Amino acid sequence: MKRREFLILPARTLGGYLLASTLAGEPFLAQAQQAKAPDIKIPLKFFTAPEAAVVSAMTERIFPTDANGAGAREAGVVIFIDRQLAGPYGHDKYRYTKGPWVESIPEHGYQGQSNPRQIYREGIIQLGNFAALGAAEQDQALIAIEKTTFFQMVRTHTLEGMFCDPLHGGNADMVGWRLIGYPGPVMAYRHEIEKYRGVPYPKVEPQSLEQLLGRKVPAWEDEPV
Amino acid sequence: MERLKPVDVVVIGGGFTGLLMAKELATRTSVSVVVLERGPDRQLLDYMDDMDEVDFSLRFRMMQNISEETVTHRHTTANRAVPVREWGHVRLGTGTGGSGEHWTGVANRYPEDTFIIKSALKERFPASRIPADLSVQDWTLTWKDIEPFYTRVEEMMGIGGKAGNLQGRRIDGGNVFEGPRSKEYPVRPHLQSYAMTVFEKAARELGYHPYINPAATLPADYTNPDGISRPACQYCSYCMLYGCMIGAKAQPTNLLLPILKEKKTFTLRNGCWVRKIVHRDGRAEGVEYRDENGREIFQPASVVVQATFTSGNVRSLLLSKIGTPYDPATGRGTLGKNFTHQMSGGGNALLVYPTKLNAFMAAGGQGMAFSDFDGFNQLDPDANILRGGTFTGGGGGGHPIASFGTTPPGTSARNWGSAWKQAAIEHNDRTGGGPGFSAEHLSYRHNFLDLDPTYTDKWGDPLLRTTIDWTDHERRMRDFSAKISDRMAEEMARVSGAKIHHRPAATTGRRSGRYQTAAYATTHLHGGAIMGDTPADGVVNTYLQHWDVPNLFVIGASAFPHAGPTNPTMTALALTFRSADALIERYLKNPGKLV
Repeated sequence: MKRREFLILPARTLGGYLLASTLAGEPFLAQAQQAKAPDIKIPLKFFTAPEAAVVSAMTERIFPTDANGAGAREAGVVIFIDRQLAGPYGHDKYRYTKGPWVESIPEHGYQGQSNPRQIYREGIIQLGNFAALGAAEQDQALIAIEKTTFFQMVRTHTLEGMFCDPLHGGNADMVGWRLIGYPGPVMAYRHEIEKYRGVPYPKVEPQSLEQLLGRKVPAWEDEPV
Repeated sequence: MERLKPVDVVVIGGGFTGLLMAKELATRTSVSVVVLERGPDRQLLDYMDDMDEVDFSLRFRMMQNISEETVTHRHTTANRAVPVREWGHVRLGTGTGGSGEHWTGVANRYPEDTFIIKSALKERFPASRIPADLSVQDWTLTWKDIEPFYTRVEEMMGIGGKAGNLQGRRIDGGNVFEGPRSKEYPVRPHLQSYAMTVFEKAARELGYHPYINPAATLPADYTNPDGISRPACQYCSYCMLYGCMIGAKAQPTNLLLPILKEKKTFTLRNGCWVRKIVHRDGRAEGVEYRDENGREIFQPASVVVQATFTSGNVRSLLLSKIGTPYDPATGRGTLGKNFTHQMSGGGNALLVYPTKLNAFMAAGGQGMAFSDFDGFNQLDPDANILRGGTFTGGGGGGHPIASFGTTPPGTSARNWGSAWKQAAIEHNDRTGGGPGFSAEHLSYRHNFLDLDPTYTDKWGDPLLRTTIDWTDHERRMRDFSAKISDRMAEEMARVSGAKIHHRPAATTGRRSGRYQTAAYATTHLHGGAIMGDTPADGVVNTYLQHWDVPNLFVIGASAFPHAGPTNPTMTALALTFRSADALIERYLKNPGKLV
């Protein structure tokens, strides 16, 4: 059996928060937080620990923590990506994967045979000791691969992990939604749409889908592959 | 193969057209109706969980499983077709209600002269102006024939809008260029967002005739003639690609299924994949399908209604070997002919508004439009185009992931990192463009559908191959639309105080010039099993009855001889009502050819 891999983060890294939904079924995390443990161990579903370190570092350069607020680190973007790659999306379960595989014109989009799991694995190898580099060197390394399918994919997933509903493991404590003033899913704006016409919506405490409904919502990435 | 007991009518596909046909049959006759739907059952309560952008907008959780079946594409017969491997240019729904569950609810009628396109072009232009490979034809019916059926669809759904042409009387605030309507819309138009008010003001300043676009997302509580009551839309913005959790958006599961479930003569079977219509001597005998457990089943029926998406309808006829496949080299054959895809365009301006737009408060189909350039209206001789289209804008629906990241040119060197993050946050929910453009796609001899020789579905049956490309005519339409849109954007900037940025066309994704499958266009495919006045002109007659097989009806946008300038749902359902009337009032009493 495969040895279980963990992402080890300082407990305060994720802004001191993790929603229960982020790590469903992993009670030791909550315990770790209660005990104010210095580190938290996040079980990985796809990445190895060194792979997670590379991807985490990439997402932090793409959407950095800086003077403008929280970034990929606080949002737990790498956790979001790990879950996506472990699920049907990572395995191309819902992509047409019959051959023959032929190269085509850009108008036909990605026609490659590699699924997202393979694209990540190969891309991470190419980056070598990326996680150990300084920020400026990391940026140079990313500029060099900016046009690749791998980089484009990581960039897309970084934004997804920043601004997704927390039920997918990213946007922890809705730090992404706070950055942009997104209130989360709200069922009724009928009486506000004219009131706030040309007027900024007030800053409200965002609410996740599970908070709104008061129960667990099944995420597609948890569907058996 | 298991052989079931015969039924009167079998409907292939439980989407909008199939369930509407079933509803008409089940409520007006005593015939038994079985609907075979490939996907899962769906109901209102399913949609409580779906306010989730990742699964529904980005991973397409409500769409067909494309790993099981897709289409292939090539630009010309000289190219090799490749499969559309993930949802890109179109998004086809599955499950009870089909694409009628996740649709946006844009509810326009086609303009009056769409239905007589060939005659209209001939009257308007000298023969030298008409491209030689154009294959447009009149629709077998006129505005007068279809108008009552449009009204029935609008009353069934509770379309919210304002008439602009009531029995010939032009009314400001509605679309004054629409064909004469027999009745006002059943429901008031949508509430206006800030972006809609800016669009309206600018359009009026330029002398256009803006109107609030008609929508199937109820702007007010409504009870339809079938007694179905639905509540007003709450502007939650989870509309396009989502099912409506309160039933405000007109969907087959809230309009048709509640009626059908009460009928003992109606049966819906989910998880059933129809592979073939069985026929002999010009008569359909029933359908062969695999049920959810993979068992092979034959369902005999007196009447077969083919009611899947455009692509599915044409593929089913090709796989069943019903009709003569179209040959673009000779022009002979009708099956697969006149494949079209709604044209879209727009400008290159980026507007940065002085205020947040609150785009997360929105309804599907809520927006503004003007039709001052529809059809032959104000055709610009310099543009050298045969037809115009409708300009739309002001719609919201911004979800946090997809709407993040628009920055004016020059604000950061790359689209990641700290500088970009700062600019993207600063501009979030504050940017927009000039109007989008939605236009007729005329039919051409070289755009058609047939079976792919290489790629297959999960059963090993050939995929549908699409052969289609834009021509210089569509590229000129796009250039024309950019000109109008950019001019509107300048006016929108002026009336709102927005800052305007002109982006190079190459960066706005509108100008590749060639048909592409990688990025979303619209899910509006038409043709391939078109209606015609004679068997030489069409696969089906004006009642959507197959010319060669009178007990087979092929309903939906596959019957459209070309693509009208706006979204096709209302027209597809109007034709379905008309087909249902003919089937019920004439065919069932006296089975045989209706024409």
